[in-house]
Amino acid sequence: MTLALVASSTSSLVHLAPIDMVIVVFYFGLVLAIGFYLKGQANTGEDFFMAGREMTAWVAGLSFLSANLGALELMGWAGSAYQYGILATHWYWIGAIPAMLFLALVMMPFYYISKTHSVPGYLKLRFGEPARVLSAVSFAFMTVLMSGVNMFAMAKVMQIVLGWDLNFSIWVSSLTVAVYVTLGGLRSAIFNEVLQFFLIWAGALLIPILGLYEAGGWSNLKVLITQRASEQYVHMWSTLGTFSGNPMGIHWTGIVFGLGAVISMGYWTTDFLVVQRILAAKDIRSAEMAPIIGAGFKMMVPIIVILPGLLGLGLLPMKLVPESVAVATHGYSYNDVLPLMLARYCGPGLLGLGITALIAGFMSGMAGNVSAFTTVWTYDIYRPLINSKGSDHHYVNMGRWTTVIGVLISVGTAYLVMHSASIMDYVQALFSFFIAPLFGTVVLGMLWKRATGAGGFWGLLCGTLSSISMWAWVKVDPTALRYVALSPDAKALAQDMYQALWSFLICVTVTVVVSLAGKPRPDSELAGLVYGQTQIPSVGDVPWYQKPLFWAAVVAIVFFVLNIIFW
Amino acid sequence: MTTGRSVSIWFFIGISLLINGVLILGAGIYEYSHPPAPEAQVVLFRLHASVWWGGLMTLIGALYSWRYAPSRAS
Repeated sequence: MTLALVASSTSSLVHLAPIDMVIVVFYFGLVLAIGFYLKGQANTGEDFFMAGREMTAWVAGLSFLSANLGALELMGWAGSAYQYGILATHWYWIGAIPAMLFLALVMMPFYYISKTHSVPGYLKLRFGEPARVLSAVSFAFMTVLMSGVNMFAMAKVMQIVLGWDLNFSIWVSSLTVAVYVTLGGLRSAIFNEVLQFFLIWAGALLIPILGLYEAGGWSNLKVLITQRASEQYVHMWSTLGTFSGNPMGIHWTGIVFGLGAVISMGYWTTDFLVVQRILAAKDIRSAEMAPIIGAGFKMMVPIIVILPGLLGLGLLPMKLVPESVAVATHGYSYNDVLPLMLARYCGPGLLGLGITALIAGFMSGMAGNVSAFTTVWTYDIYRPLINSKGSDHHYVNMGRWTTVIGVLISVGTAYLVMHSASIMDYVQALFSFFIAPLFGTVVLGMLWKRATGAGGFWGLLCGTLSSISMWAWVKVDPTALRYVALSPDAKALAQDMYQALWSFLICVTVTVVVSLAGKPRPDSELAGLVYGQTQIPSVGDVPWYQKPLFWAAVVAIVFFVLNIIFW
Repeated sequence: MTTGRSVSIWFFIGISLLINGVLILGAGIYEYSHPPAPEAQVVLFRLHASVWWGGLMTLIGALYSWRYAPSRAS
């Protein structure tokens, strides 16, 4: 994404009718009304930062998923589906489902028992203050950058689709999020995320329904894609035997070990943006069921994100191109595929709903980032390092002010992102900088009682620095990709997968070596923090069909069946 | 979810679906009775997606709004 592109987009794809504007304005009015309504229920720290820890499994689960349905999901992956074909679905299935089930069944009990406010808070309990501060600072940095990415992507959509000014879109959306999160805290963010989840589905589901009707069904769509691109675009696994055999330039080892075992595990189990929603669950069964419910719906998200990209590849009369080419030719880029499909099928009213779905997706991502940033700043940076003696009321006020400041920093970041070459690569690079090593530290902390505070800190630091170093190495010398990603045919996304894998392994190795060289913590200090030293609480006396394990098995079976169907 | 003293989140969702559904259904009926020029029509205009999609949203929204209305909850 470049300034040139931004400047070149002078005409819009569609023009909203008055009825569309009414729907968009109604959405903004409703989210603000919810914020004002919940203002009186965010008076204590537990209310403001943890939504009172009283969310049901369904609300926590849908919010958990919705916080992730931001700019990356809606625009970026639809564009990636056009560019790489059905391979993009890996980021929704193997790149999410195993990690969500692992979070539910293995990690959630430890987060829940420790009653921590955040993931860095768990690191404090398990590894001590240095690990907490390192992870809190890196998370806060990543979060405001992510929020800026969301904000810029939304403004870009509004510019392309509606011809709205970038500055107008950035400020209207950011101020709306700032108001409703400042007023109602995490509860307000969660309420709006669940609302946004429904709007996203209501607004986006028509595209695949009408698209498949136009294409003549899935089988005919595959034929169309094969004719216009290649058969490689409609297979998920059968083309991954070699780097050069698929449009993404990736090997199955990168997908399985880099994406499935490291990046997705890191994101879905340690990224506080999503984990915070689960920590707000009302009891241990809800906390375990929430990620499983999220996983069930996550498997369906490709219907409204990947399928529109594939339909664009098979049906759109024009050929979409990379950003740089689009700038030079005044054509349409991959990222434009979702708005183009929206404009193709949706008349007045439906178009307004579709645009609202996009805005809702962007705002839920932004609100998720801002509420997580607020909690980590207040509990993991401000309180331990700056003012540890404040009252609960003082920290709530700090949370409200941090929300406003976080939004302002995100606005600044959004303007910086205009200089980034690609939204997708930018975000993926961020993930692999911080998330993969953090997963190594947290999972060792939970599963290996011998891990020490020094081991956790140095492992996290070395893993993060190694990830940044590899990224910088390839930036300076692109031929280094053959070493980082194991092949000269590898492309950007493949690089991210392997970079994450190596940084995770470095983190784990350093943690193990440093821990073995140090003195272990007494077992008595590890109760409630480490597997084997903790009495895992029961989910209660409920029938088998209400147990998290049963539903996790159902989701796992569907996951395997889907991968085989689209092999 | 309710917080004991608050309106259920599902009620807000019902209201949102209901109002959006009514607006879309109304726009669809208007388009059905006053079709735009062929060059201004969306692809598959003949299916009148606004009518049945708006109607479905209205139905679901009305059900949620009724089921989770604050008066029923109290």
